[in-house]
Amino acid sequence: MTTTEIVTLKTEPFVLNFGPVHPSTHGVYRMRATLDGEVILDIEPVVGYLHRGIEKLAEERTYTGFIPLTDRLDYISPMSNNLAYCLAVEKLAGIKVPERAEYIRVIMAELQRIANHCIAVGSFLNDCGAFFTPFLYLFREREKIYDLFEMVCGQRVTYNYMRIGGVSQDIPDEFLPALRKFTDKLPGFLEEYDFFLKQNEVLLARAKGVGILTNETAIKCSISGPVARASGVKWDLRKADPYSIYDRFEFDVPTAEVGDCYDRYRVRIEEMSQSLRIIRQAMSQIPSGPVRADVPHLVRPPAGDAYAHIEAPKGELGFYIVSDNSIAPYRCHIRPTSLINLSALREMVKGWKVADLIIIFGSIDITMGEIDR
Amino acid sequence: MTVALSGKEIASQIEEKFPDSIEESSQESLVVKSDSLLSVAAFLKDTGSLKFDYLNYITAVDYYSYFEVLYQLTSLEHNHSVIIKTRCHGRENPAVPSVIGLWQGADFQEREIYDLMGINFTGHPNMKRLFLWEGFPGYPLRKDYL
Repeated sequence: MTTTEIVTLKTEPFVLNFGPVHPSTHGVYRMRATLDGEVILDIEPVVGYLHRGIEKLAEERTYTGFIPLTDRLDYISPMSNNLAYCLAVEKLAGIKVPERAEYIRVIMAELQRIANHCIAVGSFLNDCGAFFTPFLYLFREREKIYDLFEMVCGQRVTYNYMRIGGVSQDIPDEFLPALRKFTDKLPGFLEEYDFFLKQNEVLLARAKGVGILTNETAIKCSISGPVARASGVKWDLRKADPYSIYDRFEFDVPTAEVGDCYDRYRVRIEEMSQSLRIIRQAMSQIPSGPVRADVPHLVRPPAGDAYAHIEAPKGELGFYIVSDNSIAPYRCHIRPTSLINLSALREMVKGWKVADLIIIFGSIDITMGEIDR
Repeated sequence: MTVALSGKEIASQIEEKFPDSIEESSQESLVVKSDSLLSVAAFLKDTGSLKFDYLNYITAVDYYSYFEVLYQLTSLEHNHSVIIKTRCHGRENPAVPSVIGLWQGADFQEREIYDLMGINFTGHPNMKRLFLWEGFPGYPLRKDYL
């Protein structure tokens, strides 16, 4: 019998560049990863490839004229950006939104959440190696939401639908029946989709226990949205600080305990069903009436500052606006959900392998349009 | 509903512990002197009845005669929030202490403000530009840029 000796090989750490153009980075994003063999020692995110200076541009536009630019922040969910910005200006100027417009806004924001999670879950599974099959099934459903959006505002990607004091136009007569048809069909699809994936061996092997974000780190790093809730932070602005008319609806806030990639996937799937619940309630309660308050085209909020935030699909999205009583904001700051959610990435990936880095990064769900602004 | 705590009340609590650290206070916010920012921030985070453990965001505004850096803090446990501000004068090399030791989420946001507004956060371990490249002339979000 010979004894086996374990020999540890000495390796030199080296730096590997991911991106800026790489299929797994979901945009022009670069990570400088320091590796020891295949193990990640450290990463440094490099951003700014899509920086357009949107906060500076806001200072040269009228309050209404800035709405189309908010579409270009998180271009996966423009309706939510519209909503957050309009809420901030309305808070600053003290504008009351008509009831019907509030309901339309909620319906749009929740449809947008479903559409966003379709992309988030789909591209995450893509990163896991399920190449484009689960992604395209979700894309098919997202396409139906885009048809609905096209019906109300004529656009499929950058909607520019919400206005200060309401929405740009009322929903057409055929919208609510079409929405009802969509909400009737989606639960069956989600159930079937989840049935094939939640016990999928490959998904479990790749995502379970990988990239754990602890509760304390999530709070310390200001993480918000589904990423924080998957780590057990029960914090949803729709419940914690209800804006618009969210206090009128019954829904649950899905959370998970472990905070690994699998939990983030689960939370998103469950959030889609909760959004459907909200849409159904909003559809049955929606009153008739005007959809836009009587707001002048050139809004001049009184001098002062205001911050309004919403629970966007990716987390807390907020606008801090300073007014000097002119027709353009003196300063407009955007709280970037995706950028702040990346704060914990370094701690999440340390010690994992390169292949895990891809899916941990994918499970956070970011958009470069919002990070770079 | 997140309760926005009165800046005046919090200011009086801080004044008891750290006299002469508050510049002014109003219902919405309080302005802390920048040299006592760190001790006040630690007090706000660690006091049991306040417990501001979550940093919503940081931003900076250029008012020509001074820069104002603004922090919105929330307590997830008590569900209340407060806005604290600090001011730095001078356009050559304005600086405020970094709060990264208390709230790690400040990391990118402080770098962004340094990049676009030119405010130095002393004590930040990696104070370099975030979006623009090293050597970019000026700080675009300043009011006197362009």
